[in-house]
This record gives sequence, structure tokens and C-alpha cells, in this order.
Amino acid sequence: MVENRPLLTFVQHAVLILGAALFVFPIYLAFVASTHDQVTVARGIPLLPGGEFWNNYSQVLGEGISTAGAPPLSLMLFNSMVMALSITLGKIAISLLSAFAIVYFRFPFRILAFWTIFITLMLPVEVRILPTFEVVASLGMLNSYAGLSIPLIASATATFLFRQFFMTVPDELTEAARIDGAGPMRFFKDILLPLSRTNLAALFVILFIYGWNQYLWPLLVTTDESYYTIVMGIQRMANAGEETPQWHLIMSTAILALLPPVAVIIGMQSLFVRGLVEVEK
Amino acid sequence: MSNISIQSVRKVYPGGVEAIPGLSLEIEAGELCVLVGPSGCGKSTLLRMVAGLEELTEGEIHIAGRKVNNLEPAERDISMVFQNYALYPHMSVRQNMSYGLKNRGQKKDEITRRVAEAARILGLTDYLDRKPRQLSGGQRQRVAMGRAIVREPAAFLFDEPLSNLDAKLRVKTRVEIRDLQQRLATTAIYVTHDQQEAMTLADRLVVMNAGHIEQVGTPMEIYARPASLFVAEFIGSPPMNVIPAAAAPDLAGIANADADLRIGVRPEALRLVENGPLKLTVRVIERLGSTSNIHGVLPDGKTELIASIPGDSVPAPGETVAFEVDTMDLHFFDKQGKRVAT
Amino acid sequence: MRPKRVTFRHRWLPYALIAPQIVITIVFFLWPASQAIYQSVLRQDAFGLRTEFVGMANFERLFSDPLYLESFWTTIAFSALVASLSMGIALILAVMADRVIRTATAYRTLLIWPYAVAPAVAGVLWWFLFNPTIGIAAYAMDALGYDWNHYVKGSDAMALIVIASAWRQVSYNFLFFLAGLQAIPRSLTEAAAIDSAGPLRRFWTIQLPLLSPTVFFLIVVNVVYAFFETFGVVHATTSGGPGQATNILVYKVWRDAFEGLNLGSSAAQSVILMVIVIALTAIQFRYIERRVEY
Repeated sequence: MVENRPLLTFVQHAVLILGAALFVFPIYLAFVASTHDQVTVARGIPLLPGGEFWNNYSQVLGEGISTAGAPPLSLMLFNSMVMALSITLGKIAISLLSAFAIVYFRFPFRILAFWTIFITLMLPVEVRILPTFEVVASLGMLNSYAGLSIPLIASATATFLFRQFFMTVPDELTEAARIDGAGPMRFFKDILLPLSRTNLAALFVILFIYGWNQYLWPLLVTTDESYYTIVMGIQRMANAGEETPQWHLIMSTAILALLPPVAVIIGMQSLFVRGLVEVEK
Repeated sequence: MSNISIQSVRKVYPGGVEAIPGLSLEIEAGELCVLVGPSGCGKSTLLRMVAGLEELTEGEIHIAGRKVNNLEPAERDISMVFQNYALYPHMSVRQNMSYGLKNRGQKKDEITRRVAEAARILGLTDYLDRKPRQLSGGQRQRVAMGRAIVREPAAFLFDEPLSNLDAKLRVKTRVEIRDLQQRLATTAIYVTHDQQEAMTLADRLVVMNAGHIEQVGTPMEIYARPASLFVAEFIGSPPMNVIPAAAAPDLAGIANADADLRIGVRPEALRLVENGPLKLTVRVIERLGSTSNIHGVLPDGKTELIASIPGDSVPAPGETVAFEVDTMDLHFFDKQGKRVAT
Repeated sequence: MRPKRVTFRHRWLPYALIAPQIVITIVFFLWPASQAIYQSVLRQDAFGLRTEFVGMANFERLFSDPLYLESFWTTIAFSALVASLSMGIALILAVMADRVIRTATAYRTLLIWPYAVAPAVAGVLWWFLFNPTIGIAAYAMDALGYDWNHYVKGSDAMALIVIASAWRQVSYNFLFFLAGLQAIPRSLTEAAAIDSAGPLRRFWTIQLPLLSPTVFFLIVVNVVYAFFETFGVVHATTSGGPGQATNILVYKVWRDAFEGLNLGSSAAQSVILMVIVIALTAIQFRYIERRVEY
């Protein structure tokens, strides 16, 4: 729009820059704190980074924080990565298959299956904490990667997203494939999967962040610290009893915990935005 | 021996809509049979039943002497060209054409040979590695054709393959399709709603209406002797004039004057004369170059008539002019719209 | 739902395809949920030896328990604060970003990434910033004459978890507001400009009314978020304290189950949460149906 209001434009940019600064500020300070030693941080946080970057990070990655009973962060990062990737790939795989079944087949109980999947929307872990824990315990899945990921991979939203997308694939493509002699699974592999590429990538970004950021679930199913994930592990350090919290190390941990999902979101920004808006549609 | 035989086929959709009440049709080997009719007349349903994309409620379909009712589309030895081409968007032209052969387990060098041959015939050799979205509408149409011919099937099925092209390209492509089908001598069923396309392409024309066949014949037979009012009005451009006998007593006088009788006259059968049985008050003139269409009304004030006359000596709007017709160019239809023999 | 015209026929394949999803849903969703409902009408004695059917007694006890009612109100206040704070800030930023089209993407990059930060990590970050002895925010408050201490003052602790929870959610709301604003046809605001409506009036009379579907949608999403996804913020920082000040429902149900070992009560609390989430989802879906027409 042709409209010249220099003052307004100035105010806009000012508000946006202030907003952005306010957003970045906590992370910046956390980073600064993670580059100083304990004494400096305890005196009040400096505003510029210090020289303890390598010391702090190699300590948390290599040894962990012994006083807080936390294992080395490299292990927790690995666990988080395994959990996040298993949840992401698992959700995508089973959602793709069930959306394919629901859209491309007519079978008895199809509507029942659809509603069974739908109902998972209404039952987040938070409303069935104890009985879910009991199920996982009785299946012997506590303290295992399977226990960390499998119970979380049912997904109504991902199924609906794929269903939505499959509905937009022209019927003629399916017919052409049938005339070309492709059965259902070959059609799925040769036509449907390649066409879903963008949706897959967008969903991958959303689900990776979801998986990485799980907190309550790992808290429930892990008691063995070698299965701790970094997001839940940070709490162990922050709440280390009566000890003075080692803020410089906690902040190193926080930075490491938020780095992978933030990198994914910034690196794949347009896919993320697209995925988020599609999922909520 | 007929190549495609459709025997008492009936189609009722789930929900009870009867698309085809019962229809039989024999298509000779090597001929191009065009199914034409307004949208919703069941022509696409019939084609899709031959393809195996739609199930039959009753009846039988035989292709090359083999009953195909329970065969998958891929097992029927047919290939199909879709209205929107249905090219696989993520595959190159080459992959699009070879996909069906690969699924059938053809040898690699045989696939390469057939794709190269089809590409040569269709002038697609330079485009084999492009994706469909990098092609023009006409090129996409050729790829769809190429995908059909590499299979060397017993029959081609065309479902309005030209309706996504612009008018000029449509005329050019339909000549190419005709040429290609004659060279390959493959039986073909071609569905269209465009009567002109139907006329120019068909060995045999099948005019359909509301799920049944109105008339089967060569294009000229159907043009010359439409079996019903529906066919008369559907085939030919501009459409045949239909005049209630009462509106043109002089014309009707030629035959026996039945009040319910309707008389059909093709616009091009009318001749402009000094004095004739049809008096027309001219409203609009359409000049088409070699001919002109004269639109007007008869003296009853409500029956409209179109006359197509050669040359440029045309009357002006508002004038009243007279036309005459040879008796043999008159078509008579009864109350039910059936042709009445004269 | 409109069925696909073209489908495949196969006797067992569709069942095999859908089986993994259904099995996981039954084992880890439906079975535990039904267990929660079942346990909510039972009571175990102190040694866990005997269970008896008590009907609605667990629910009656909950609703006459001042601690539970307090937790309920805490949660409602918390949700309202998180939703209004995060949506308010997001809306202001989105309106600003929408007007500077050329640089909107650059600002978007700067503003969306907090969404990737886990609620628990966000909580720890802000906890650190507001730490009464070393935190820079607490220091700033002190300079303004306010003695901040979330270890002692309930209202400070509440403010802390509200800020930490809202901070991350602003990104999400910003994206949807920006998308909503950019979907409003330019011609509408231009027509209003020709009708000589200033920017502020244009916002109130054109943009905000057209944005109302997005606003309703985000209210539901933010309330769901505040109710159910903020467990990590509370657990990693205040642990529900000081006192009961930040003891929101999800935190309470977890603590009563794993620390209080009160099965019947915890199950009853789960069932109540279930009812809330079902109600919210129903509202969300009704809304989405209408949004399709819009």
C-alpha cells in the first residue's frame, strides 16, 4: 500500500526489534553464563561471554554433573536423539500406512478404525499418567528405548494430515496406475510416497521438535539414568537438593538441550511453517 | 469377429442411481468407435466399465473374445488416455511411458526400444527426460498417448482426451489421433461430448442419451438420417431446425398434416429464394467467411430458425425473406421424437 | 467424509496397514484411559490389599477438597494469563510485521525459534533470569523497588511460570496471526484507506473482525497448551510451590499418583482432565468446521 508515514514505520521496526531482542535475550544470557566459571556467575551474570566455554561444555558432555547424579550429557543427547527420531519416524510410518488404508480401501470397521484413531486426540499422556505407566511397566518396557518411543507414536494429527493430502491426489492417477498394472503397495511406493515428499518433510520437522521436547513421558518411564534424555535431565541439575546450583553448567546443558530443535526449526523454516499450518487445518 | 463386445450391460451406482439401464454394443476389430452424448449420458461410465475401473451390475464384456468382467484393468490388455492425462508428476516422460511395461515385467531393452519408437512417432524424443510440468498442454497430451501406445494393447480407450487443449490444438491433435489409430490399426473407443470431434474421428458413431443408445451408424448415416429428434438436434452445427407442423403449414402440406408432427430441416438445406414456403423475419446475421448464418423467426412470432447460406449477399436484420427446401431434406418426427418414415 | 471414488480391493491388506496404529492406540491410549475410569470409582485401603467400589465418592471428595479446588482455580488463572499474554504480544508483533512486508520473513525467523525450546528448558531459562540472588531480571526488579523472590512469594512464582510458558507460545501465535493477517485481501485495507480510515481504525474495524476466527482458534489451542503441556515448566522450576501457588492440575495429578500414591483420587483427577480435554477438542472441531466455510 502506498502510504508514507515515516513515524509509524519507525515505531513498527522499533517494536519488532524490541520484541525480537526480548526473545533472544534469555538465550543470550544463558549462553553468556555457560562461558563463565561458577564463581563469576554467582557474583551476578556478566553481559559478555567469558573464556570458560570449552571447559564447561567438555565437562558436561564428558563427565556430567556428578553432584546432581546426572550422567554425561553426550549420553543424554544420544538418548534424546534416539527417542526423537524413533517417535518421528514411527509416527510418520504408521500414520502413512493407516491413512493409506482409510483412504484407498473400503473395508468393514473402516469408520470404527477412523474414530479409534481420532479419539487419541482427546487422550494426551497427561490425562492418563498412572494407568499408562502401569501398562508400560507390565510390558517390561521401562528403561528402554522402546518404552520411550513406541507408546507415543500413535498419531491422529499425522494420520489426518496424510488423509487430507491423499484426498487431493487425483483419482485418475490411481486409475492410470491400475491400468499400468500397479497393485496397492506398488502404487503406494511408486506414486503416493514420492508425491508426499513435501508433506513428509514438513511433518518431520514438527514431529522431531515434538519428540525431542518430551518431558513427562521420559520422566515416567526411566529410572535408570543411562536412559535419561537431556530435556528431562536438566531438571535433575536445576533441582539438585540443597547444593548451590551450578548455574554455569546448567546453562551449558540448557543450550545443548535447545540447540538441535532450534537448528531444525531455523534451517527448515518454510517447511516448519507449512507443516504447522497444515497440521492445524 | 468383433473385438469388443458389450452384452446387456447394466450399471446401478451404490445409492440406487441407474446410470445405464441395459445396453449392448459390438465394436469391430480395428475400428474407431466414438461414444458421443451430453454430460451424464453414461458414455464415460460405459468406457470405464470396459477399462475395468467401474464394476458391472449386470451383463458381460468381452475383449478379443475373452470375458473380462472379473479381470483387473491391467489384465484386460487395454490402455487408456485420460481427460487430464493423469501423468505421474514426479516421473520423467520416459518413466511415465515405461512404468506400465516395467510392472508387466518386460525386458529392459524391449522397454527402451518401445519407448524410443513411441517417442519418435509422437515427436517426443527431445523431451524424454523432462517432467510433465515442464511440458506444454499439447506435449502432455502426447505423453499420455505415448503411454497408451507403448503397451501395444488390444484396444485404446480415450476419455475426452482433447478437452483440456485450446480449440486450435484440438483440431490439429484429433487429426493426429485419427492418423495414428489407422496406422496402428488398433481397436479404439473414444468418448467425447463434442459432436464435431465425434463426426470427424469416428468410423462408427454411437449417440447416447440418458444411459441408452439413441443411434449407431457411420457419421454420414447419422447426419443424413437421424433416428430421433435428440440425435437430429445433437449432431450437426449449427443444430437442425425443428419446426412444429402448425408453424409452417406450407411445408407441412407436403406431408400429411399431423398436429403433433415436427419437421426437422438442417440450416444448410435451406435456400434463399424470391418466394418460398418459409418466411423468415431476420434478427441477426453471423458471418463465418465462406457461409453466413441467418437467425430469424417464422410468422408465428415464436419459432426460431437458422439458415446457413453461402456467399455474402445476405439480407439485413429486420427484413423478411423466403426460403425453400427439397422434400428429401425434410425429416419428420412424431410426438415421442421418433423418426417417421416418409 | 467424502469417500474416494477409486479404491483398491484386497481381503486383508487394509487391516494389516492399519493394525500398528490401532494396536498402539488400544494398548497405550484406550486401555489406560478405561483403567483410569475404572479406578476412579474404586478405593484401595492403605496397604493396597483391598479395593472396593465406591461410586462417585472419589469425585465428591475431590470437589469438597479445598486443595483440589484451589488447584482448579490456579489452573484457570494460569491458563487465562498465559493465553492472554502470549496472544496479546503475538498480535502486536504480527500486526507490525504484516505492515513491513518486505522484512516480515526476517522478523519471522527471529521470532519463531522459541517454539522449538522445550517448556521445561524455557522454565529453567527464566528461572535463572529471575533468580533472586544472581538473576538479571530480579536485579532489574530490585532496582525498580520490587523485591522479587519466587521461592517465597506465590504471586512471583506464578508470574514466573506464566512468563516462561507464554514466551514459547508467542512464536506459535505470531505465526498464525501473521498468516491470518496476510490472508486478508490487500484490497480491503486499501478500500478502507481510501475511505480515509487511519491505521489504528483500520485495525479495529477491518483486520481484527476478519481475524476473529484465528483468535478463537488460538484461544482454544493456548488453553489446551496451558492446561496440559506446561507440566515441564512447573516440574522443572517451582514444583508447585511455594505452598500451593503453582500447583496446576496436571502437576497435582502426577504428584498425587507418584508421590501421594493415592490411586483412586489420582484416577478421578485424570477422568476430570479427560472431560476437560474432550470438551476443548469438541469446541476446536466445531470451530474448524465453521472455518472451512469462512
